[in-house]
Amino acid sequence: MLELIDVKKTFNPGTVNAKKALQGVDLHLKEGDFVTIIGGNGAGKSTLLNAVAGLWHIDSGNIKIDGKSVASLSEHKRAKYLGRVFQDPMLGTAATMEIQENLAIAARRGDHRTLKWHISSKEKNYFRELLATLELGLEDRMTAKVGLLSGGQRQALTLLMATLKDPKLLLLDEHTAALDPKTAKKVLDITDSIIAEKNLTAMMVTHNMKDAIAHGNRLIMMHEGRIIFDVSGEEKKALTVEALLEKFSRSSGEEFANDRALLS
Amino acid sequence: MLNYFESLPAAVAQGIIWGIMAIGVYITYKILDIADLTVDGTICTGGAVCAVLVVSGQPVWLALIVSIIAGMLAGLLTGIFHTFMGIPAILSGILTQLILWSVNLKIMGGANQALPATKYNLLISRLNLDRSIIILEVVALVLIIILYWFFGTEFGASLRATGANLNMSRAQGINTSFTKIIGLVISNGIVALAGGLVSQYNGNASITMGQGAIVTGLAAVIIGEALFGWLCRNNFALKLIVVCIGGIIYYIVYNTVIFMGLDSDLLKMIAAILVAIFLAMPYWKKRYFSNAAHAEKKELHDSQKAEKKKAKGR
Repeated sequence: MLELIDVKKTFNPGTVNAKKALQGVDLHLKEGDFVTIIGGNGAGKSTLLNAVAGLWHIDSGNIKIDGKSVASLSEHKRAKYLGRVFQDPMLGTAATMEIQENLAIAARRGDHRTLKWHISSKEKNYFRELLATLELGLEDRMTAKVGLLSGGQRQALTLLMATLKDPKLLLLDEHTAALDPKTAKKVLDITDSIIAEKNLTAMMVTHNMKDAIAHGNRLIMMHEGRIIFDVSGEEKKALTVEALLEKFSRSSGEEFANDRALLS
Repeated sequence: MLNYFESLPAAVAQGIIWGIMAIGVYITYKILDIADLTVDGTICTGGAVCAVLVVSGQPVWLALIVSIIAGMLAGLLTGIFHTFMGIPAILSGILTQLILWSVNLKIMGGANQALPATKYNLLISRLNLDRSIIILEVVALVLIIILYWFFGTEFGASLRATGANLNMSRAQGINTSFTKIIGLVISNGIVALAGGLVSQYNGNASITMGQGAIVTGLAAVIIGEALFGWLCRNNFALKLIVVCIGGIIYYIVYNTVIFMGLDSDLLKMIAAILVAIFLAMPYWKKRYFSNAAHAEKKELHDSQKAEKKKAKGR
């Protein structure tokens, strides 16, 4: 479904600040795979997701979705295939627009935007039902500006928007990192249920090792722009945080350098 | 005093024209979140094209349509500078403004183009205020209705989203370069329409007629929002009407200070300072008057107190 073939990316090449962010990443995802991605600070987790999303073009290698290369497509063209949720709750929604307007924008992801009215009454009913499934009371605040919502509410809404039109691939970039533990759990639960219900293929970057083990059917660990550990199925289910740390220091010859991961 | 009241209709007429112009500014400044300085040049382009065409014997409605198209092209140029060439929006606007200075001189064949209402069949004129005000009101209203419809469409909503959150827009498949360009095109088309109306109203177009137009436009937007913003709730059409009313109030105030004998050389300076202060309001509010700012200060104060106590104890 998703194929990354020897993907390389260097930021600021030829300068003292040159950073080899991705040093040849190969990854194949099957339809319905839910991969969690962990790694130390600057390991290339978010860079990997951004490469798929097309924030910039990769230096070499290829990215294919359903066998079609998307490596040369711009970010807004790739959006047709992708649902994205970001670490910063402010990034995924338009604060000055209404909840229902945000959803209406998302309902047309990948479509040609015409001169028809931006939202239909049929859609409003549909959105109301969808919002009710979040159990956050947003269904009664459809015309409220998104800027009035809390971080958790905005993240849940972004999740709804990202999956409103079934994406081929859902990209979650530490999407619970900015939330308090209770809200983070709630958003993660919603994430799980949407992915399961729609049988989506998803990649979730997380700094929380427990979350990485508890969610999804496959786990990859990154270090210095490479995938150093890839585990799935029963083997993944049997993982423990200690085993992961051990695995990391053996593969990289270093201590696991991610303060947040160790604290949580 | 009679003189003052007699001058009011003229202020209202000018106010509506600049209110229309301010609607153009509103689209870039408020909706797209771009401060577009092209408009200082576009006003004159609209005025020059309209004056030259009418003088050459074209009907006034055709002249205004060509004015609008000329303004749209100016917006297109700024849009290309900004998106395709990656130049910051403010600088892109200034570059186009400079280009327009030369273009406008060429259009008029000099620094001025007379357009006397006594000689030509114009839509509006300062010589016929009653009729002009009615026509201007209709023009403003039709414009607001068209914009209300446009920004309510799927495509119009994608323009609003672009201004609200670039990141989200691209993630939702919106080509933000394209939406920005279209926003600039529409905005400058409206500003050029206002320019065409200004030249008819004044009976001439001149190379300096757009100087400081952006400040007047912003003033109209800010005044309207400050005085009547609470009335609008989320209604887009009301917001545009309020911008237009902001333009009228601006000109009534302008008229009043001149009547009171203020040196008119100082007007632009005063307008700019007032706009600067109004633009600072939201920042000051956040910086000095929000709860967070108070809490921060209190914390600082408390910790200083505690330190002093400690020092005393020693």
